[in-house]
Amino acid sequence: MPSSESLGTAEPLRVSILTQGPYLIASIHTALDDEQLTRFQRNLIDRVGRQRSRGIVIDVSTLDVLDSFGTRTLTDLAQMARLRGAETVIVGINPEVAIAMVQLSLEVSFVHTALDLEEGLERLAEVTADIRSVAHGMAPERE
Amino acid sequence: MTETPRKLGTTDEEWAGNGELLPELVAHLRENRTALRQEWATRITDAHLLSSMTAKEVFSEATSVYDNYVEVLETGSVEALQHYARDLSERIIPRGVETHEVVGIVLLLRDVLARSLFEKYHRDFSLLNRVLDAYEPAANRIANTVAVSFVEERERVIRQQQDAILELSTPVLQVRERLLILPIIGVLDTQRARQLTEQLLRGIRDHRAKVVVIDITGVPDVDEGVANSLVQTVDASRLMGAEVIITGLSSTIAQILVNIGVDLNKMRTVGDLQGGIEEAERQLGFKVTRHHDAQL
Repeated sequence: MPSSESLGTAEPLRVSILTQGPYLIASIHTALDDEQLTRFQRNLIDRVGRQRSRGIVIDVSTLDVLDSFGTRTLTDLAQMARLRGAETVIVGINPEVAIAMVQLSLEVSFVHTALDLEEGLERLAEVTADIRSVAHGMAPERE
Repeated sequence: MTETPRKLGTTDEEWAGNGELLPELVAHLRENRTALRQEWATRITDAHLLSSMTAKEVFSEATSVYDNYVEVLETGSVEALQHYARDLSERIIPRGVETHEVVGIVLLLRDVLARSLFEKYHRDFSLLNRVLDAYEPAANRIANTVAVSFVEERERVIRQQQDAILELSTPVLQVRERLLILPIIGVLDTQRARQLTEQLLRGIRDHRAKVVVIDITGVPDVDEGVANSLVQTVDASRLMGAEVIITGLSSTIAQILVNIGVDLNKMRTVGDLQGGIEEAERQLGFKVTRHHDAQL
């Protein structure tokens, strides 16, 4: 059963972070300002360590815009998460957001992308399986 | 009547000022309708204008134009003529009538009528002058109206066709579950490339696509802007979780891409559409088997 928790100290963040098995699912409900984004980043990284998560799915489908700061925060987050042993998948980027991002040459590195939450979880299962099997010197489990 | 400098167009005031002569003129043109019309039609044929129409058609259109022409001289209102010219253009544009032909026939009519006026008034030079003062601005205005109506109609047709081409030109098709193909045919410009990106991204969302094959066999040429927007299409699709495979790069396009230094690491390319679809199927876990092979 996923557990939900509201983030933040000063005011409640409009982000919910759910635990689903070895993965964390973060959905952003409304546009976040820079300070909120930073707080979100820190909270998520904390929880990766605390819960020994293997992957993170960040759902941004409610966002109409993803600016350079947002993109960098997500990239940094993914990089930190990887340092602590978790892969990051961003899901739900809208067509308009995607076009705007490539036009502004915003790149998200260290990050996997998928269409929606379901796809994202599937993708995480793939990449974490690869990593695990490499670590144990086995071939990836594939059909 | 005072001497006024002649102008190309004419205002309604000038028209009214020449009012006393115009009825006479109109009466003259009505009287000689048959002869002048015949003369005009003959000159159209001699000048090889409207060659895509039969002599009979030319004659019947000539009659209508002639009557409209006289009516404009009489009333001073070009509205009816405008309407007729647009109507005429709509009929003759699909038959390949060119702008110069339409302008040509109207100018011919002007000349034919002017000559008949010379003939009638050549004995009284000052009267002829005043008749021409009345006639010329009106005639020029008519020529103008017809030419503009024709060009406007033509432009409308072109715009309509452009819209149709834009709509038809970028189909996004699903060939397997979660596999889309996007065959691009014809010249890619920046606007079309952007429209294509938008349609593709919408397609990815609607069909929940994981792999997209973009086939550019039918694209003759690209420039730097278009090449970059192709790269953007690939990037944007990846942001939405879909992998893009580009197929059918011609040798020319390959050369251009390398020369302008497009970052090719991000682009996955396969030689032809078949290869691209096979690659995509492999990636999605489809296996295509020929029926009788499977039974063996």
